Amino acid sequence: MSRISSSFEKLNAEGRKALIPYVTAGDCSPEVTVPLLHALVEAGADIIELGVPFSDPMADGPVIQLACERALAHGVRLSDVLDMVSEFRKTDAETPLVLMGYLNPVEIMGYENFAKNASEAGVDGVLTVDLPPEESDEFNQIMQAQGIDTIYLMAPTTEEERVKYICENGSGYLYYVSVKGVTGSSALDVQSVSDKLDIVRKYTDLPVGVGFGIKDAESASSVAEVADGVIVGSVLVNKIAELVKDKAQIAPQVSAIIKDMRTAMDS
Amino acid sequence: MPTNIDLKALSQLPDSKGHFGPYGGRFVSETLMAALKQLEETYEKLWRDPAFQEEFDRDLAHYVGRPSPLYFAKHLTDKVGGAKIYLKREDLNHTGAHKVNNTIGQALLAKYTGKPRVIAETGAGQHGVASATVAARMGLECQVYMGAEDVQRQALNVYRMKLLGAEVIAVESGTRTLKDAMNEAMRDWVTNVDDTFYIIGTAAGPHPYPKLVRDFQCIIGREARQQCLDQTGRLPDALVACVGGGSNAIGLFHPFIEDENVKMYGVEAGGYGVETGHHAAPLSAGAPGVLHGNRTYLMSDEAGQIVGTHSVSAGLDYPGVGPEHSFLKDTGRAEYVDATDEEAMDAFRILTRVEGIMPALESSHAVAYAMKLAKEMDKDQTIVVNLSGRGDKDIHTVAQIDGINI
Ligand SMILES: Cc1ncc(COP(=O)(O)O)c(C=O)c1O
Repeated sequence: MSRISSSFEKLNAEGRKALIPYVTAGDCSPEVTVPLLHALVEAGADIIELGVPFSDPMADGPVIQLACERALAHGVRLSDVLDMVSEFRKTDAETPLVLMGYLNPVEIMGYENFAKNASEAGVDGVLTVDLPPEESDEFNQIMQAQGIDTIYLMAPTTEEERVKYICENGSGYLYYVSVKGVTGSSALDVQSVSDKLDIVRKYTDLPVGVGFGIKDAESASSVAEVADGVIVGSVLVNKIAELVKDKAQIAPQVSAIIKDMRTAMDS
Repeated sequence: MPTNIDLKALSQLPDSKGHFGPYGGRFVSETLMAALKQLEETYEKLWRDPAFQEEFDRDLAHYVGRPSPLYFAKHLTDKVGGAKIYLKREDLNHTGAHKVNNTIGQALLAKYTGKPRVIAETGAGQHGVASATVAARMGLECQVYMGAEDVQRQALNVYRMKLLGAEVIAVESGTRTLKDAMNEAMRDWVTNVDDTFYIIGTAAGPHPYPKLVRDFQCIIGREARQQCLDQTGRLPDALVACVGGGSNAIGLFHPFIEDENVKMYGVEAGGYGVETGHHAAPLSAGAPGVLHGNRTYLMSDEAGQIVGTHSVSAGLDYPGVGPEHSFLKDTGRAEYVDATDEEAMDAFRILTRVEGIMPALESSHAVAYAMKLAKEMDKDQTIVVNLSGRGDKDIHTVAQIDGINI
C-alpha cells in the first residue's frame, strides 16, 4: 500500500482528519526547506505538498507567485526539489510527500525520467495544476508504473459528469478547490463545500482534501468536519515571506500555525 | 516540402480535443475546464449559424472596413529587384491592425453568451485597443492586462484604451511583458469565470482558442487568395507573415494549406540575433513544452522555466507560439525564419520611404524577410506579405532609436 493510502487509513482508524501543509521548495532559500518540512511533521502535518517553483504560476495568487520568484532567484530547479525530497527521506520514511507544480518542468525532464527520479527520491504523489485528466493518459501510466499517485483537482465549476471522470483517473486522494479563484483567494463557504463533497463521494472511496481559502485554526477545523483532509498554503507562505530576513524563525513560526490548526481539528 | 503529408487532413485540424498532431490541447487548471467546454460548444454552434455569420460579415464590412486591399508594392519590388511583392493591407483596418477581426468575432461570442464583462491581455497594445473598441461599441465592461514594460513602450495605445473606456492594468510580475499579462488575465478569468469573457488576442491558449482565433482571422487569407487570383490570374508563390503568437500568420496561411505550391514563411523576432539568445523565436530556437494552456514550441531553459524574450516589437515579444504553427513546422508545410531588430528597423524605413506606408514594427519583420526572399526569386513570381498593422503606435520607439525625444 502507498504511503498516502496508509496515512489516510491510519487517520481514519483514529477518527482524525489529515492536515496537509503546502510550501514552495526553496522559498526563501534552498537550505530552509528540509528543516521546515521536518518541523511541519513535528507540528502535526500528515502529508506534505511541496511546491515546485515555476516561472509562470498561472493558477496561483500573488503570495505563491512571489514564493516562486524567491525560490527561482536561488536557481531552484525540479532536480533540486527532488534532492530535497531525498534529503528529507533520510530521516523521515513515513510522511507522504506530494509534488505540486506545473507541467513544463516535467515535460522538459521527460515523463519517464521524472517518474524514475521522483520515485527514487521518495515522492509519493504528483499534482500537476495544468494537467487535467484529458491530457494525461500517458502521464498516469508512467507515474503509476513507478508507484506514484496522480492527484487531480476538482473545482466548484466541475459538473457532476466530470466529477465522475476525474474520480476514475485520480489516485491517492482528490483535491477539491473550494473557491473560484487562484491560491490565496478569499474565505470559503463550508456548506457549499459540503454539498459538493456529497456529490464527489457518490463516485469514489478516495479521500478528498479541501484547499484554497483556509486561513486559520477555525477555518481548518470547520473544513475538517466535512473533508478528509485540510490543505493549507498561502497563509504559511505569507509567514515565510514575513521572515525572509530572519530565516531561523521560519521553521518554528510556520510550524506553529500548523500546530494551532492541528489542535483545533483534533479537539 | 515533404510529399507524404495529407494536406486536406492537415487543414482540418484540430481534432475534437484541440490537438494539432502532438500540439495544442487544453492544459489549464480545473476551474477553467467547464468554461472552456462551454465556449467550445457555443462557438461550434454559432460558427455554423448563418445569422451569426451574417452579423460577423456585416461588422467586418461596415465597421472594420473589409475587404482590406491587396496592394502591389511596385516601388519596393523595383528597389529589391526580384519577385513581385504584394501587401495585404491589414494596417488599413479600423484600429490599425488585423487584431480587430478576432475581437469582433469574440465580442459577438461574449454577446451571445450574455457575459457583461470582457478581459484581454495585450503586448503591443493593438489587441487591447481592438478589445476596448468592440467593448465600447457593445457596452461591455473591459479590463486589459498589459506588462508594465509594455505599458511604457506603448504609451500611446495605453491612452487610446483609456479613452475607449477600458481599464489598463499594468502587470508587474515575472518579466513584465506579454506572457505575464496572459498569466494575469488567466487568473482574473479563473476568479470571475461566471460573468467574464476572456478575449485572447492570438491563436494560442487552451482549446478552443487557437481554432476560433484562426477561424476569425482566416478572412485575411480567403480575401488574399481571391484578390491574388483576380489581380495576377494565379495563386502566389509565397506567403510571408510575422509570428508573435501567430494569429495574423495563421489567418493568412490557413486558406492556402491545400495549395501545395504556395510556400509559407513565418517570420519570428530575431531580436539581437538568434545566436545571442536575446530573441523571441521559439519555432526557430526553442523546443516543445507546455505554457498558457497548450503544448507548443517554447523558449524555456534546461529546467523548464520560461525564459525572458527580447524584441524591438512588443507584439512579438512572447516565448510561445500558437500550436498550429508548431505542427506546420514539424510537417514541413510552413517554414519558420527570423528577422532581427535591425533588419526590421531597416524594412520599416524602406517601406515608409519608397511606398509611403509606415508598417508596425511587428509587420516590419515580415517585410524584412520578404525583401530577402524576393531577391532569390524570379521576377515573374509573387509574394504576398501580410502587413498586419500600421506603425503609428511605434513612432515613439523609432524616434527613441534615432535619439529623438518627441
Ligand atoms: C500589428 C501586429 N502584428 C502582429 C502581431 C503579433 O501577433 P500575431 O502573431 O498573433 O499576429 C501584433 C501583436 O500585437 C501586432 O500588433
